[in-house]
Amino acid sequence: MKWTAVPYVAVKALRRNLMRTLLTALGIIIGVAAVITMVGLGQGASSEVQEQVNRLGQNVVLVFPGSRQLGGVSIGGGSANTLTVEDARALRDEIPEVIAASPEVRSQRVVVYGNRNWHTRIYGQSADYLQIRQWDVESGRMYTEEEVETAALVAVVGQTIVEELFEGADPIGETIRVRGLPLEIIGVLAPKGMSLMGSVQDDIVVVPYTTGFQRISGRSHAMVINVQVYDENSMEIAQMKIEDLLRERHNLAPNQENDFTVQTQEDVAAAATETSRIMTVLLASIACVSLFVGGIGIMNVMLVSVTERTKEVGLRLAVGARSPDVLMQFLIEAVVLCLLGGLGGILLGLITTEAIANYAGWPAMFSTEAMIIAVSVSALVGVFFGFYPAWKASRLDPIVALRSE
Amino acid sequence: MALIDLKEIRKVYNSGKHAVEAVRGVDLQFEEGEFTSIMGASGSGKSTLMNILGCLDQPTSGTYHLAGEDVSTFKKDKLATVRNRTIGFVFQNFHLLPRTSALENVELPLLYSEDNLSWKEIHEKAKYALDIVGLADRLDHTPNELSGGQQQRVAIARALVTQPKLLLADEPTGNLDSRTSLEIIDIFQELNSKGLTILMVTHEPDVAHFSDRIVTLRDGLIRSDKKVERKSAKIAIANWIDEQELIDAVLNEERV
Repeated sequence: MKWTAVPYVAVKALRRNLMRTLLTALGIIIGVAAVITMVGLGQGASSEVQEQVNRLGQNVVLVFPGSRQLGGVSIGGGSANTLTVEDARALRDEIPEVIAASPEVRSQRVVVYGNRNWHTRIYGQSADYLQIRQWDVESGRMYTEEEVETAALVAVVGQTIVEELFEGADPIGETIRVRGLPLEIIGVLAPKGMSLMGSVQDDIVVVPYTTGFQRISGRSHAMVINVQVYDENSMEIAQMKIEDLLRERHNLAPNQENDFTVQTQEDVAAAATETSRIMTVLLASIACVSLFVGGIGIMNVMLVSVTERTKEVGLRLAVGARSPDVLMQFLIEAVVLCLLGGLGGILLGLITTEAIANYAGWPAMFSTEAMIIAVSVSALVGVFFGFYPAWKASRLDPIVALRSE
Repeated sequence: MALIDLKEIRKVYNSGKHAVEAVRGVDLQFEEGEFTSIMGASGSGKSTLMNILGCLDQPTSGTYHLAGEDVSTFKKDKLATVRNRTIGFVFQNFHLLPRTSALENVELPLLYSEDNLSWKEIHEKAKYALDIVGLADRLDHTPNELSGGQQQRVAIARALVTQPKLLLADEPTGNLDSRTSLEIIDIFQELNSKGLTILMVTHEPDVAHFSDRIVTLRDGLIRSDKKVERKSAKIAIANWIDEQELIDAVLNEERV
C-alpha cells in the first residue's frame, strides 16, 4: 500500500464522522489538559516555595528548642523551654560568623485601634530581625537596640494591619492596644505575601522581644532563635559553633543529646520542596487516570466504529487491501485521534493553567517536558487502545464482511 | 491458454457436525474476452463459486489457474494482490463508501496498488475510469447525491480503475429498474467489446441473454453450459417503451 495513503485514509475516515471524532478526542483533550495543568501548577508551586525560602533571608540558621529528630524536618514552634534570650545574645556576641541573632516569641492576640479590632500574630524580635529576614520598612523606622533594652512600647506592623485597623491610612504615631497595653506604631513593613505554610506574612505586629516576652506572651523562653551568618561559606562552621556553644551553655554531657535543633533554610526548603513534589506527583497521577479513561473511550469508539464499518472493511479487502493495511488504517485512526486530542489538550491545559495561576496568584510553569510526555503518552494510548479494534478489523473475512448489514 | 481454468473445484463448509459441500467438482474454462452469465437458484453454489473465482475464498480441493497462475495455492496477502491487480468487482448493492466523493471511491483500489503511483496518477486514472462510465461531471458527488444507476456506474469505474483482466459482477442489476439495468449491461457490452472478460452472476434470464454464454449451476454442479446469441443492449434501449407510451397504448386500446 502507498504509505502516504495510510494517514490519508485514516484522516478521511475521521472526517466522515466529525462529531464523533471530536467527542472521542475530548476524552484525551481533558486527560492531557489535566496532566499539563497539574504538572504546571505543581511546578509553579514548587518554584513559589523556593522563592519564599529565599525570601526567608540569606544565610539564615534557625535554632529550635528541643530535640526534633523524629518525623524529619518540621518548622513549627518548639514546645520545649531550652532556649533563652541569653543564648541568643551569646550566639551573636561569641561566634564571629554570626552577625545577628533574634530570639523569637509569637503570640496570637487581638489588637485594638479605636473601635476596630483584629486578631493577629505578635512577634517579639530583636532589632536585627528585619535584617535577618531581609525585610524592609516601607515607612517609618525599625525599633533600635536601646528600645529593645528598655522594653519600649513600640511596634512595627505589616500591611494587613494597616488595611484592617487603619483602612489604609498612615498609622505611624498612632497607638494600638494589645490586652490593654498601648503600643506606638513607629514603622510599617513592606508587603511580603504568603509564607511557606500559606499564611499571610503581612498579618503581623513586630515588637521588641523584651516587650514580647514580658508584657505580651508571658513566656520566658524563645520559641526559635533566628540567626544570620556572615556568608554562605561560613554556614557549616557556624552551625557547628552554634551547636558547641549551646551544648556548653546548657551544660550537656558528651553522651547527652542536644536539647535544641539547628536547621538551615536549605533544610526547610528541602522539606517544603519535597512536600510540593509529592503534591505534584499526586496530582499528575490523578490526571493520568483521566488520560487512561480517555483511552478507554477511544477503544470503545473504535470498536463500535469497526463493527459499524464492517462492510467498508469488506470492500477494502475485496479491492486488494491486505490485513496489515486494514490494521494500520484503524491503528493510525486511533493514533491521529489521540494526537489531535493531545494537541487540543496542550492548548486547553495552557489556558487552564494560566487561568488558575492568575486566580490563585501562583506563577504558572509551562513545562515543555510535561507537554512532550503528555503527547507521547496520548499517542501510546492510541496505539494501546486502538490495537485491539484494529486487529479485530484486520481479521474480518471479506466474504462475511461484504454480506453484513 | 484460458484466462480462467477451474479443475475439479470442491468447496466444503464445516458448520458444526455437518459438512456441507457447496461446490462438488466443477470444471470450467473461460477464454479471454468472454462475457458469461452464471445462473442458478440460491443454494446452487454460485455464490461460493464466485467467491472462489474472485479470490475471496479458497477451494477445499481442485486447482484454479487465473491468468496462468495457480492461485489456489496462494496465501491470504498474495490473494489480496491478485484481487487488486487482476480482478474488478461489481456488487449488487454497489458498496460505495458513504459521504465520500465518486472520485475518492474510484481511487480506493489504487491506494492498495503495489505500483507505487503518485497522487497525480491516482487522480488521473480515477477520472479516466469515471469518464468511461459517463460520470466525468459527477466527480465530487457523494453516493447519496447519485441515482442507483449512477452509483453502480461509480462502482464499475472503481472496478475498472486498476485495468483488470477480469470483471466479476455479482447481480449487478439486482437493485436497479429494468431501464437502468439495460444501461449497465450496455456498459458491460462496451467494455467486453474492448476485450475485457466479464463474469456476471444473475438470476434474471432477460439479463443473462445479453451475454455470450450462460452457465447454470444446481446443487454445486454444472447443469448446463451453452453459448447463446448475444442480444444488444443498445438496440434494447433504442426500442425501449417508456411508461408514458405504455399508458398511452392502454388508453388507445380502450378507445378502439
